[in-house]
Amino acid sequence: MLVELGHFALVLAFAVAIAQAVVPQIGAAAGWRGWMAVGGPAASLQFLLVCFSFLALTYAFVTSDFSLRLVTLNSHTDKPMLYKISGVWGNHEGSMLLWVLILAGFGACAAWFGGNLPERLRARVLSVQGSIGVAFLAFILFTSNPFIRLAQPPLNGEDLNPLLQDPGLAFHPPFLYLGYVGLSMAFSFAVAALIEGRVDAAWARWVRPWTLAAWIFLTIGIALGSWWAYYELGWGGFWFWDPVENASFMPWLFAAALLHSAIVVEKREALKAWTVLLAILAFGFSLIGTFIVRSGVITSVHAFANDPERGVFILMILGIFMGGALVLFTLRAGAMEAKGVFSMVSRESALVLNNILLAVSALVVFVGTIWPLVIEFTSNGERKLSVGAPFFDAAFTPFMIALAIAMPIGAVLPWKRAKLGRAITSMRGAFVLAIAIGALAWAMQSGRSAVGPVGAALGTWLVVGAALDIWARTATRSARATSRFSRMMRLPRSDWGKATAHAGMGITIFGVAAMTAWNVEDIRVTQEGAPYEVAGYEITLNGVRALQGPNYSSLMADISVAKEGRLVAQLNPEKRSYPVARMPTTEAAIDNGFLRDIYVVIGDPQQGGGWAVRTYIKPFANWIWAGALIMALGGGLSLTDRRYRVAAGAAKAKRMQGVPAE
Amino acid sequence: MRRLFSILALVLMASSAFAVEPGEMLSDPFLEARAREISKELRCPVCRNENIDESHSTVSGDLRRLVRERLVVGDTDDEVIAYVVGRYNEYVLLKPQSGGINRLLWWAGPLMLLAAIGAGFAYLRGRTVAAAPAPLDPNEEARLRELTEK
Repeated sequence: MLVELGHFALVLAFAVAIAQAVVPQIGAAAGWRGWMAVGGPAASLQFLLVCFSFLALTYAFVTSDFSLRLVTLNSHTDKPMLYKISGVWGNHEGSMLLWVLILAGFGACAAWFGGNLPERLRARVLSVQGSIGVAFLAFILFTSNPFIRLAQPPLNGEDLNPLLQDPGLAFHPPFLYLGYVGLSMAFSFAVAALIEGRVDAAWARWVRPWTLAAWIFLTIGIALGSWWAYYELGWGGFWFWDPVENASFMPWLFAAALLHSAIVVEKREALKAWTVLLAILAFGFSLIGTFIVRSGVITSVHAFANDPERGVFILMILGIFMGGALVLFTLRAGAMEAKGVFSMVSRESALVLNNILLAVSALVVFVGTIWPLVIEFTSNGERKLSVGAPFFDAAFTPFMIALAIAMPIGAVLPWKRAKLGRAITSMRGAFVLAIAIGALAWAMQSGRSAVGPVGAALGTWLVVGAALDIWARTATRSARATSRFSRMMRLPRSDWGKATAHAGMGITIFGVAAMTAWNVEDIRVTQEGAPYEVAGYEITLNGVRALQGPNYSSLMADISVAKEGRLVAQLNPEKRSYPVARMPTTEAAIDNGFLRDIYVVIGDPQQGGGWAVRTYIKPFANWIWAGALIMALGGGLSLTDRRYRVAAGAAKAKRMQGVPAE
Repeated sequence: MRRLFSILALVLMASSAFAVEPGEMLSDPFLEARAREISKELRCPVCRNENIDESHSTVSGDLRRLVRERLVVGDTDDEVIAYVVGRYNEYVLLKPQSGGINRLLWWAGPLMLLAAIGAGFAYLRGRTVAAAPAPLDPNEEARLRELTEK
C-alpha cells in the first residue's frame, strides 16, 4: 500500500514540477505577481512529494518487501540494516530517485532561503529548477521506475553487490549527488539571469554559495570514493581515471573554476559572460557524467545500442538543456558588458589564468574520456582503442603543476593593478623552503624519479604560501603578538577559507606524489610463523582461520608487523565470500599512520603449502584524503563568510570586502 | 560508486584474489620491475579500464606471463608492447599510439591551452585598454570649460 502511495506521490510530483516550470515563468514574463508566487509553494510541495516517495521506497527496502522488483534484485533479509538502507541508492532506479530528491531539495532551499532575491529572478530560478525536475521525473517514471511489482515475489532477494556493502560507499553516492545536483542551482541562476538579461555583483553573490556548497559535496564525495577504492579493491590504488571517475571529476574542475570566476563578478563586475557560461558548463558536465554512467555507452557503443532507451532519454535531456542554455547564451551574452577595468597583472588576471587551467584540464579529461567512443563511432566499430591512466597522467598532470605554481602568487595579488615583483618577493620564504624540502626529498630517496621531490616542493610551496598569505594580510607595526592574533581573528572567513583550501590542495598533491613515487610493494608466498622483512618492517603470518559473517563466510589471516623487535600492528586481512551474490571480495587490513600506511592483503593458499601475501608500505597515503577534506573545510569556511550570512541584498552588493591590506 | 558495476564484472571472473601471483614473478628483480612497468600500460582485454597488473582475470594472467617470456628472451620494452599489440590489437594499449588520428588526442591539451591563453590574453588586453575613459564630446568640453574658467 505504502509503495503504491509512494509511486502515486512521484507521479504527483511530476505534475507539480510541470506547474513549477511553467506558471512562474509566464508570471515573470507578464509581470503577474500571483503567477510568480506559485514557484515557492510548488517547489516545497514537489520536494515533500519526492521525499515521501523516497521514504516509501526506503521502507520497502527496510522491511525487505520482495514483491518489489528492485528490492528483490538488490537486497536480502540477512543484510545488515545500514546496507538495506544504502541499498536504496545502490542501484540505477533508486539512485535516480535520490538524484531527483536532492534536485527537489535544492529547489525547495532556493524557495525557502531565497526570500531576499528579486521576485522576478526568484520566479525564473524556480521555474528552471522545476523544468530540470520535470525532465528527470519523466526519466524515472518512463524508463527507470523503482516501484514495479513482481507478480510472484520470491522468498528472498539476490543481495546487494558485496563491494557496495561498505560504510565508505554507503555515503559516497549521496555526497556525489549533492555535488552534481547542487550545480543545477548555478545552472538555474545562469539561465534565469540570461532570460532577465542581467548579471551583476548581487547575482554572483547569490550563485557563489550554491556553487561552493556543491563543490564541497563533490570534493567529499570524490574523496570518499577514492578512499573506498584504496582500501576495498585490494591493490591500494586511489584513482584509476575510469570514465565514471572522470564523470565526477570534470564537474568538480568546472565548479572550482566557477567559484573562482564568480568572485571576479562579485567583486569587480567583470568576466560576467564567462561566469554564466561556466555555470552552464558545470551542470552540463554533471549531465554528461550522468549520461556516461547511465547509458552504458562507455563499455561499448554496442552495449548502448542494445538498450538505448535510458541513454537516448538522458541524451535528449542533455541536448535540450545544454542546447537551450547555450542558444540563450549566444543571444544574450553580448548584453552583459563588463564594468571592471584592470591591468594585465592583477588578481583578476590571476583568476583568469586559474580558469584557463581548470577549464582546459577538464576538457582534456573530457577528450580522453570520449576518445574511444569517437574512434569506434567514426570507424564504424572497426577500430577500438583504449585511453587509460598513462595518457591521463601525462596529459593532465602538467596543468595541475602549472596551477600549483601560480596559486600562491595569484592569491596575494591585489585587485585592479598589481606589481608582480612585490607578490613574488612576499612569497620568497615559501619558495626557498619548497626548494629545500624538494632537495631533501631528492637526497633521501633511493630512486631517481622526480615525482616525489617535485610533489614535496609543490606541496610545501602551497602550504607555506597559504600561511604567508594570512601572515602578510595581518601585518602590523605593533610588535605585540596579541595584536597580530586579534587581526587574524578579524580576518574575513573567506580569506581563511581560501588559505585553507589552497593548503589542502598542497597536501593532496604531496600525498599523491609521495604515494606514487615511494610506494614499496612485496608479493610472496609465506609459511605460517616464518617472518620476512619489507622496508624495515618484520611481517609474520601467524595463522589463518575461517569465520562466519552475517551474510558471508571469511578466511581471516592474523599478521603481526614489528619494527626493531617492537610490535607495530596486528593486522587481519580477509578473503570473503558472499554466497547469495556468488562473489568473493578481498578485505585489505591497513595500519593507518601519519607518515605511512601498512597495507596487507591475503591471497590464496598455495599448493606447496603457505599463503600468498601482498604487503605494501604506502608513504603519506592518508595525506591524499586529508588534503581533500581540508579543501572541503576551506570551502566551508568561505561559505560561512559574513557576506553570505548577512542578507546579501542588491543594495549591499556594492560593498567591497577582502581587499588586501596594503 | 558506479565504477563498481564495472568492477563487479571483473570480480565475477576472478579465479583468485590476486593480480600478480607470486609464482609468475621473475627471479631477476630488474626484469621483474620492467615487467611491472610494461604491465601498467597494457589493458586487460576483458575487463573495464583495468591494467593487466591489477586485473584478476585469467587472460590478464596469460598476458603477464607472455610479457615476462618476451623479456626473458631479450626483447626491449617497446618490442614487448609491439608483440602484445600484434596479437591482441591496439585495444590493449592504455596509452594510445601517438600517430594518425590520435595526434588530435595528444595535441588536444596543448592546442586548447594555447587557444585559451590567446582568448584570455585578448580579453585582458580589452580590459586594460578600456582603462582610458572615453574622450569628452564637444558639449561636455564646453561645459567643462565653463565650469573651470569661472
